[in-house]
Amino acid sequence: MKKTSLIAAISSQGVLIALALLILFGWLRYENFLGLFNISTVLRYNSMFALVALGMCFVIMAGGIDLSVGSTAALGSVVSALVSDQGMLVGSLVGIAAGLCVGILNGFVIVKLRILPFIATLATMLAANGTALLLAHDQTVSVSYDGTFVNLGQGDIFNIPIPAIIAVAAYAIGSIVLNFTSTGRSVLAIGGNEDASRMMGLPVDRVKFMVYVLSGGLSGLAGVILASQFGAGQPIEGVGWELFAIASVVVGGTLLTGGVGSVGATLAGVLLLGLIFNVLNFENGLGWISLSAYWQSVIRGLFLLFVVILQSRLAVRDKPT
Amino acid sequence: MSDVAPSNLNTSPRFDTMRFLTKYSTLLALLALVLFNVIFTNHFISIQTLNVNLTQVATIVIVGVGMTLVIATGGIDLSVGSLMAISGAIAPLIFLGTAVHIGEIHVAVAVGMVLAILVAGAFGWFNGWLITRFHIQPIIATLVLFIAGRGIAQVSTNGNLQPFKLGEFQWIGLGRWFGVPVQVVIMIALVALTAWILKRSLFGRQILAIGGNERAARLAGVPVANVKRWVYCISGLCSGIAGLVVIAINSSSDANLVGLGMELDAIAAVAVGGTLLSGGRATVTGTLIGALIIQLVRYTLLANGVPDDVAKLVKAALIIIAVWLQRHGRT
Repeated sequence: MKKTSLIAAISSQGVLIALALLILFGWLRYENFLGLFNISTVLRYNSMFALVALGMCFVIMAGGIDLSVGSTAALGSVVSALVSDQGMLVGSLVGIAAGLCVGILNGFVIVKLRILPFIATLATMLAANGTALLLAHDQTVSVSYDGTFVNLGQGDIFNIPIPAIIAVAAYAIGSIVLNFTSTGRSVLAIGGNEDASRMMGLPVDRVKFMVYVLSGGLSGLAGVILASQFGAGQPIEGVGWELFAIASVVVGGTLLTGGVGSVGATLAGVLLLGLIFNVLNFENGLGWISLSAYWQSVIRGLFLLFVVILQSRLAVRDKPT
Repeated sequence: MSDVAPSNLNTSPRFDTMRFLTKYSTLLALLALVLFNVIFTNHFISIQTLNVNLTQVATIVIVGVGMTLVIATGGIDLSVGSLMAISGAIAPLIFLGTAVHIGEIHVAVAVGMVLAILVAGAFGWFNGWLITRFHIQPIIATLVLFIAGRGIAQVSTNGNLQPFKLGEFQWIGLGRWFGVPVQVVIMIALVALTAWILKRSLFGRQILAIGGNERAARLAGVPVANVKRWVYCISGLCSGIAGLVVIAINSSSDANLVGLGMELDAIAAVAVGGTLLSGGRATVTGTLIGALIIQLVRYTLLANGVPDDVAKLVKAALIIIAVWLQRHGRT
């Protein structure tokens, strides 16, 4: 346990160092990289992914996986767009509620029916996608611009994008819950060794249920932000979000086997993967090279490869088998 | 189906209905679906309906064959869709003469097809290498190529659509042998071959041994790393073939779309078919039946006027019910 937390510490430092280097590189190389406009654009756009990744982080730390986050976010964006004329509060609550429903379904199937998280959330991913398309009649749902709804995604408070504030608040709460509450410690204990946790009398089923509900709710919230930011509920958005979220969590040093993880490093992982795209855009803007947007997935993949190999090397060195 | 203990149906004096139902649940479900359609769907019994359904299911089954072997070792392969895109991007680059010019069209097509499948197989081998060399979990190791693979396909074609009209190549998606679509023949051949491998060959028994208990298999002298690398390589090769079939049907190759979401379809077919997702028990005929059930449910709903979105909900319920039933069948 001590050894593995050492690995997590090293790789979470690693992601911070990499993030700092990337920002330094961008600052030195490009004008306006640290300009207000670019920073707020990056933060506004990536806060959706950050919320999804936070839920995923908890699920993975508890030893599970949630593939349904992307289509849950799409469902959240559709239902919140449908009620967007009622204002920001109603829109958000309805979107989050839709996400919670998917999360509750996930928790039920995984905890009560004892079906592997991978296959259970694969099925709910389909179900959420189908429901979103049904509610949206197979097209994007435009958001009402009359009320306050669009402020949620497009507005600022003291020049800081509202989605970024929401994401930072969510991570702060997540970090406190993980590190200072018994529920948070139970998540890590269950991910580390489920059988042992059960024998110790931890409420394993309840905690596992809760992480999926949390992941669903956060995905729903990400969907609300998606709808208000782009002015439309998008039933086919969210494809591949789950894998982006998993990649962010892993880059942040959370072990996929569960039991070890860091909320803050996950946020750094999201920013790192998001900034790669941003830097690529700036690089193209300079005109020296012309790397198409397609390179971003190659670079992200290579980056993920680098991180997982590094993680495994550290693991092997610490724990010879 | 290959690893199930000998049934005691014949020896036991009492007919165990529940046992029978769970053992043959997938096959019974398929028969029930066919029966339902025969009664309620117009024009169901026709060669055309059969060909439509088989053609649509063929690529899923071809990928599902590789996926079955991967899952039998206790792994998972998320990269299949991206490998399809890579194979679908490479073949036209060669036979259209974009990358290299080969004069004789038959040679160009042959080189293009073989190279495309081999490259997909090589990437599959790379997956296996990552998993065995660095002890990375399969879901993460194959996630690398899931993300990067489609990018590689897009970069190599610049994201452009590659349209073509080339009988020398498109036989693989549009041709027929004795009235049967070529990809259906490929599908059946692959299923038969793999069923034989799983049941009769040393390689097949080693796969199941690894999935059942990897440590025990290693102690018993099974070359675990080698077998795993081959399994992922086979999954890559199958994806390569499926990629060619898809672009042949579409008469064009679009790296953004070829094989999108295929990993989920293939995994769903494997799960519904009765292969244990934790490894150790696999049935490739089950995967075929699973894919047919999913396809036929969708066809039944569409033919009877139910929208495609509802069909997705039904598919989701189907996956859960099938896996849940199989759990109960074992205990």
